[in-house]
Amino acid sequence: MSPSRVPIAVDLPPYRLSGSVYGVLANHSSLLAMLGDAAYQPPYNAPPRAPVLYIKPRNTLAGPGDPVTVPADVPELEVAASLGIVIERTACRLEEATAIDCVAGFLIVNDVSVPHTTYHRPSIRYKARDGFCPLGPAVVARQRIASPDAIEIRTYVNGLLVQLQNTREMIRPIARLLADVTEFMTLSAGDVLCLGTAAPAPRVRPGQTVSIEIDGIGTLRNPFVGGES
Amino acid sequence: MKRARVAYAGAIHEAAPLELGDGTAGLELEDGRRLAESQVVWLPPFDVGTIIALGLNYADHAKELAFAAQEEPLIFLKGPGTLQGHRGQTRRPQGVKFMHYECELAVVVGREARRVGREHALEHVAGYCIANDYAIRDYLENWYRPNLRVKNRDGATLLGPWFVDAADVPDPGNLALRTYVNGELQQQGNTRDLIFDISYLIHYLSSFMTLSAGDVILTGTPEGVVNVMPGDEVVCEIDGLGRLVNTVVDDAVYGR
Repeated sequence: MSPSRVPIAVDLPPYRLSGSVYGVLANHSSLLAMLGDAAYQPPYNAPPRAPVLYIKPRNTLAGPGDPVTVPADVPELEVAASLGIVIERTACRLEEATAIDCVAGFLIVNDVSVPHTTYHRPSIRYKARDGFCPLGPAVVARQRIASPDAIEIRTYVNGLLVQLQNTREMIRPIARLLADVTEFMTLSAGDVLCLGTAAPAPRVRPGQTVSIEIDGIGTLRNPFVGGES
Repeated sequence: MKRARVAYAGAIHEAAPLELGDGTAGLELEDGRRLAESQVVWLPPFDVGTIIALGLNYADHAKELAFAAQEEPLIFLKGPGTLQGHRGQTRRPQGVKFMHYECELAVVVGREARRVGREHALEHVAGYCIANDYAIRDYLENWYRPNLRVKNRDGATLLGPWFVDAADVPDPGNLALRTYVNGELQQQGNTRDLIFDISYLIHYLSSFMTLSAGDVILTGTPEGVVNVMPGDEVVCEIDGLGRLVNTVVDDAVYGR
């Protein structure tokens, strides 16, 4: 009855992944800008104060090249490209000034969702489907990425650039996010914390291929395929 | 059969319940050592995979929190860092106004479940334990409710004391739950009042996500949640599963 390790190609020494992947909502300034006044209206009533986290459970984890299944009852999926922060050692109550010392490296995360319009209490069936979180192509050591808080993330669908974002557009840069998260929940070696993503996320139909590119990390490429009815 | 995982004298052991000579509840390690509950450190009783938790799955608790009837289960996920075993301590941060326990039946998946019909759902259950799933409502915000700062805090999800084989729980759909704070009964319910029962939850979840051995479903809590303060002893009880004890402590314990 013991949980198996994450069976994905990215889980290689020396950077083993724990299988815990945390996403963060609305860290890229575009989501609140897109919502405008709606962020102050019910059901939200106010923009978020603390980091809004969610979990991509182990059944969602996939590797480079793994096909992502578009369920038969939806025409397309959303692909949220994010820088993934890989934790090196137990990270509890970090100070912003030294938080980066707990980071082993970075990878690319493709946080896939069934499109939905609410951020209040969305069903986990939008985000927790099997294979909905490709990671990769590899964990690149922190020391090899000069400015992770000013790095471009490019999303291509069938080779066409559909989204360009930069980590400098985040409300909380990496160290601030780590400090605010570890104030209430400890992260462990191999955990992945996504930095966030621009809204709206690009959409993908069955038959298309998504490539997410981050300079210095590489390209995460996954085909999207039609699902069983 | 009931099994615990405990740390004692430099190693981690499997243990079984045992009534000691003086009539108090104790335990016996697999190697024969007989101990009092207070002599060991209790760990979560199994290797925990994905933690799936239900909000508002008892009609009375939903009413207590002024929620309307739902069409599908309200589900959120939790990470492994929030787990603790029996007799643990849970921190109440200085200045918060409403921190409460939630006594819940935890259903442990025993084998892979993918697109499982309700009639076969219970075949995928290995067993059960008690969960106490604390929340600090001061931190509730209306984005991706309930946010992890409310429900996924370090040491705020307790599992134990025992993992109880499914074979020893003939009717998981009729178990009484009770929570005592400092010995006073505060919360009562019965799993027969679940809005979405265990077989439905496994059917529903497995329709979009593959469940694996070790995944655990915390099935929700009935009405009767009250504020708890540092020093309070919180005991969650479920028929046939035992009693899960926890103590609320203040910031000073953590050097804050």
